[in-house]
Amino acid sequence: MFTALLTFKKNVDTTLTDGSSFNASMQTSPASMINQYKFEEDADTKDIFVTVDNPESHVTAIETYITYRVMTKTTRSEFDSSEFEVRRRYQDFLWLKGRLEEAHPTLIAHPLPEKFVVKGMVERFNEDFIETRRRALHRFLNKIAEHPIFSSSEDFKIFLTAASGELTSHKKQGPGFLSRMGDTVKAVAAAVRGVRNRPQEFTEMQEYVEAFSQKISSLDKVTQRIVREQKEYLEELKECGPTYALWSQSEEELAEPLKNVAGCVDRCCKETEEQVKNLSDHLIPVLHEYVLCADTLKAVLRRRDNIQADFEAKTEALATKKADRDTMRNDLDKAEDRLEWANNALKSDWTRWQKVMRTDLRSAFVDTAERNVSYYEKCLAVWESFLHSQRTDAEGNGKVDFS
Amino acid sequence: ATLQSTILKERAEIFDTDFQMSADANHQNIQEREREGGRMVEKGTSLLKKMEISVAEAEKRTGKNAVNMQETYTVYLIEMRPVDAASEGTNPVPDSLWRRYSEFELLRNYLLVTYPFLVVPPLPEKRAEFVWHKLSADNMDPDFVERRRVGLENFLLRVASHPDLSTDKIFYSFLTEENGWKETVFETGFQAKADSRLKALNATFRVKNPDKRFAEMKHYGDELQSVISQLLRVRARAADRLYGVYKVHGNYGRVFSEWSAIEKEMGDGLQSAGHHMDAYAASVDDILEEEEHYADQMKEYLFYADALRAVCRKHELTQYELEMAAQDLTSKKQQREELATGTIRTFSLKGVTSKLFGQETPEQREAKLKMLETQIEEGEELVKERNAECEEFVKSAWVDIERFKEQKDHDLREALISYAIMQISMCKKGIQVWNNAKECFSKM
Repeated sequence: MFTALLTFKKNVDTTLTDGSSFNASMQTSPASMINQYKFEEDADTKDIFVTVDNPESHVTAIETYITYRVMTKTTRSEFDSSEFEVRRRYQDFLWLKGRLEEAHPTLIAHPLPEKFVVKGMVERFNEDFIETRRRALHRFLNKIAEHPIFSSSEDFKIFLTAASGELTSHKKQGPGFLSRMGDTVKAVAAAVRGVRNRPQEFTEMQEYVEAFSQKISSLDKVTQRIVREQKEYLEELKECGPTYALWSQSEEELAEPLKNVAGCVDRCCKETEEQVKNLSDHLIPVLHEYVLCADTLKAVLRRRDNIQADFEAKTEALATKKADRDTMRNDLDKAEDRLEWANNALKSDWTRWQKVMRTDLRSAFVDTAERNVSYYEKCLAVWESFLHSQRTDAEGNGKVDFS
Repeated sequence: ATLQSTILKERAEIFDTDFQMSADANHQNIQEREREGGRMVEKGTSLLKKMEISVAEAEKRTGKNAVNMQETYTVYLIEMRPVDAASEGTNPVPDSLWRRYSEFELLRNYLLVTYPFLVVPPLPEKRAEFVWHKLSADNMDPDFVERRRVGLENFLLRVASHPDLSTDKIFYSFLTEENGWKETVFETGFQAKADSRLKALNATFRVKNPDKRFAEMKHYGDELQSVISQLLRVRARAADRLYGVYKVHGNYGRVFSEWSAIEKEMGDGLQSAGHHMDAYAASVDDILEEEEHYADQMKEYLFYADALRAVCRKHELTQYELEMAAQDLTSKKQQREELATGTIRTFSLKGVTSKLFGQETPEQREAKLKMLETQIEEGEELVKERNAECEEFVKSAWVDIERFKEQKDHDLREALISYAIMQISMCKKGIQVWNNAKECFSKM
């Protein structure tokens, strides 16, 4: 699929009608490009490793913000060195995502964590929030690095390697304000026009995305509800142990078994607490990201539709208008090429995305199931040790005759 | 009965063998014991050696009550089977009769008044308390009725296995004479013997030298009641929450099923995982039903605490009455002394008036002395009597309290063990479900 795209690129004017251009340096040797596109075989030969960690707070006169350390280790030849360490803030990630989407409107980028937490007044600089965001940013960059096309983006490279000053000046490049305005107007016009002959496969994709979005949102909600119920259960359970302990103080013979039971209940409480944390730390973020993914997919389909609408409009214009036929023919050809490119890109990336989604969700659920098994195994051990102690106690006291 | 036998079976597996308590030499009353659903029930009484007692069924009846209004109530079938029948292999029709809860109450009240020195086994609760939301607080609810049936049977077995209570004639006729039993109970005049609450309360406050052991026991009874109430409350709330956790997982089942419809490769894995989530959600019903059984065992001892305190209060009453009699005797003796020697040691109105209005004649004084002497004689008899009563009470009550302590320690330890077994069973089910789910997920 991607090799076809490659040939395509060579024949087409690389300037897109929306004013952005492919950076020439993105096109390196064909051989290395082909390597990057064969993502399936790349699983074991990953040549770039990115981590996001070490959040730090920065205070200036105007604002306070957090930066994260982004470390890159790579053997790719287009990188000047094999290790890089830079600091980036959330805004920088937003910029990167925007650039990637501009350059490839119908490729599917992994979502970024949201700007704010909608529910409640969570302090932006709250530890849990920062940690959750850090993990999501880490996953975002890794998904970009794993994407055959995004990972060879020049913007991505600069994001990973440039010093802060360099990045700022690079950000200032790119299409000017006026041309971006022009793009927006065109996009709105296209959206308003609507697409007439959407190919069936894209309609099916849209239907799927609708349904998927609903299901994954439900799963997110169900999981959050489970966490809430478990937290409430934990609150009640925390009072049981102390009650048994209190009781043991009034008893003689029963003091030991009661204290023992109190200890067991307390240990089960700890395990339950950990289990709740696991759900919150592992399953919920993944589900949440796929809720955001569904939104991304909807946006991608919309952008594709707009590109098609634009082509359809130009086709109509050529058929009806008499003046400027040469220019219009030229524009139409470009629009056609853009449409074909967009469709092919989407189709391939769709397949890739489905595989990744399947892997991610499968491993998240398998992981959750494993943790649940482990939780029950630990609690089982706690109660079995109690039984064991009661048995040996009974034998030791000589009270019971196991004849 | 099935829950109890499951627990017995699991315990037998864990402990490898059935266990039997060996006889404690100090207590000749306590002979051979067997576990009945984890409770220590002595089979040594002659009653239980002959007969097997059970509360087999419950039925709804309607009838007119004391104020001639229609009411619906539940009756319980008590069955008595000769013990030998089971071993001989024959299966004769058991003797049976129907009793309602109020008759059980009457029986217990009779026993309380007649044997104040015994820790009388409690009845199951009159109204459902410590309920969590799924359990009904309605007395007519079939689950409540069933648990009450078990509790009533337990009560009868406890009484039947008590060395003293099992020989009581009113108890025996409760089990054997359907009609006219109530009249027989009333004819005993037990209600007249009951101590008034006021009298008992007064004694509690005013007694000077109760036996230390009884004072401690009463305090223990207070603590036991308080802590078991707290435990039952906390447990009920936790059960409610646990129910919620399990049931929400049922939603996973539904959503996985819907999701599987739009997926190709993931469909089968999701669908089957969904079924396991449904099974997980459903499993909580059995888990909580078993926990109710544990709660019932705790409740029995919650009510036993009350019975224990009743014995201690009775001791206070007898001790107080002894003290009152002794005090009265002392004061009478003092009066005699004063009268005899003419000295007034204690302030008395008589003394003052006699000073004011002149002393009595020798004949009057003689008469008074004679009366006092009689009173003192009677008083000494009374003190002797009450002292003997008190000693007798202390002796018999303490024996029963020691018996009760042993029973309680055994039963509650068994209850804790069966609680652990329940938790283990719950964990095993959880492990199984999530392992199954994991397998399905990995096929996604």
